[in-house]
Amino acid sequence: MRDVAVVGIGMNKWGELWGKSFRDIFVEAALIAIKDAGVDKIDSMTIGCMTGGLFVGQEHLASMMADYLGYKHIPASRVESACASGGLAFRTAYIEVASGMSDIVLAGGVEKMTDVSGDGATYALATAADQEYEVFHGATFPGLYALMAVAHMEKYGTTRDMLSAVSVKNHKNGAKNPNAQYPFETTIEEVNNSVMVASPLRIMDCSPITDGAAAVILTTVDIAKKLGKPIIKVIGSGHATDTIALHSRKDLTTLAATKLAGERALKMAGKTIKDVDFAEVHDCFTIAEIIVSESLGIFPVGKGGEMAAKGESSLEGSFPINTSGGLKSKGHPVGATGIAQIYEIVKQLRGQAENGRQLKNNPKIGMAQNMGGSGGSSLVHILEVA
Amino acid sequence: MFPSRIWREKGQRYRLEAGKCRTCGYIAFPPRLVCPECGAVEFETIKLPDIGKLLTYTVIRVAPSQFTDEAPYAIGIAELPNGVKLTAQLVDCDVEKIKVGMDVRIEFRRIQTHDTHGVISYGYKFVPKWY
Ligand SMILES: [Zn+2]
Repeated sequence: MRDVAVVGIGMNKWGELWGKSFRDIFVEAALIAIKDAGVDKIDSMTIGCMTGGLFVGQEHLASMMADYLGYKHIPASRVESACASGGLAFRTAYIEVASGMSDIVLAGGVEKMTDVSGDGATYALATAADQEYEVFHGATFPGLYALMAVAHMEKYGTTRDMLSAVSVKNHKNGAKNPNAQYPFETTIEEVNNSVMVASPLRIMDCSPITDGAAAVILTTVDIAKKLGKPIIKVIGSGHATDTIALHSRKDLTTLAATKLAGERALKMAGKTIKDVDFAEVHDCFTIAEIIVSESLGIFPVGKGGEMAAKGESSLEGSFPINTSGGLKSKGHPVGATGIAQIYEIVKQLRGQAENGRQLKNNPKIGMAQNMGGSGGSSLVHILEVA
Repeated sequence: MFPSRIWREKGQRYRLEAGKCRTCGYIAFPPRLVCPECGAVEFETIKLPDIGKLLTYTVIRVAPSQFTDEAPYAIGIAELPNGVKLTAQLVDCDVEKIKVGMDVRIEFRRIQTHDTHGVISYGYKFVPKWY
């Protein structure tokens, strides 16, 4: 396998982009990434998108996006793993470059979620759960994470304020991110008193409905050197699956696919979690960030909430998590999220994060964890600045 | 929901039919073609017990369109005496009084009425035992 680097990153301002089409949102982000990489062409493209069909009635979207990007006829594919589609697109592109099949590959992600009503979005997102044995009974996505939250609170004593601390911290970081959908700060009281969605999860525990895209360019380290770009090397890629029905898992308070994906990525990189300086993780709900931080081994099992409340995952903490603002503040256009995580890791490793959210002490190694559904799929990538 | 989709699951929804692996005894609900524990492909059909213990629950306030009339409603995961776990609604109870660890009975109930194909679907729900 060849050594692979990320040489270009692109993202646009996320939000309710009523004036922009599905295709234009993607093309904007892709053009920024191509320009940032300084390449004169891409050989192929892989796009993560959860459900263009349900959100905008558009499947067969990879060909359309290639055409609108000005790359008609290149090999272009769309991959899907629910909310982990972006992470899967990155891994697919990584394998394509590492294998020698292509030299310069664009990995993108896109979702346009505001062309349907709130109810339509709830329906589309719920397709990531078991239709016949969860959704049929009235389960929603916040509902499934609420089931994990109650189990975690019962078992480990995680509290309401600990959940809120995750939201407060991510909004504090997101307020410094020019691309974030909701770049405002919040307080424990505001989160604690926000509208209940599925107890104990309130609206300020939940990531929003977002239109957005992100793109990155992968190539070999040899070509990256010729481009004269900072070399941000992909040193680990881990991917794992689990039952998509939450109730089929042995333990409701851990995320086995995330644990395995993390272990696989670290093993490939020849590192331990202690070697990693910071991470972007999949905080679709506050409880998700807490459990993921435990499943990845960042914090001890059962202590994820306590560590967040103590500030250990803040910009100044012992292990900063979601410096971008996470899904909570930055937004969660599901298929784009996994790529936007890579975008933030690269920004931090290049020392280019805006508005005072740049980590001090020159971080060297960053991790991105992207999760599908209630944890039925997970992808972990580790990047290192050369 | 298209009628065939409901009809196909009738053994599970109406009669709690599961598949028990003839090799290792693993109980699959719904039935599967391959045992996730040992890889065997021979199963016998058994009926699940109709009692369980509540492992976790939530009260859903923002509901999908088929369930808006019922919101707020509780759903939970219960573990049956044989280790099988199910997700279902908790009914005939005060949602404020639901507690993890509570015993539930599994009863046959109506699940959805607001369906685009006019189908009324039935299945199982949890009823806390103290009622
Ligand atoms: Zn078996």
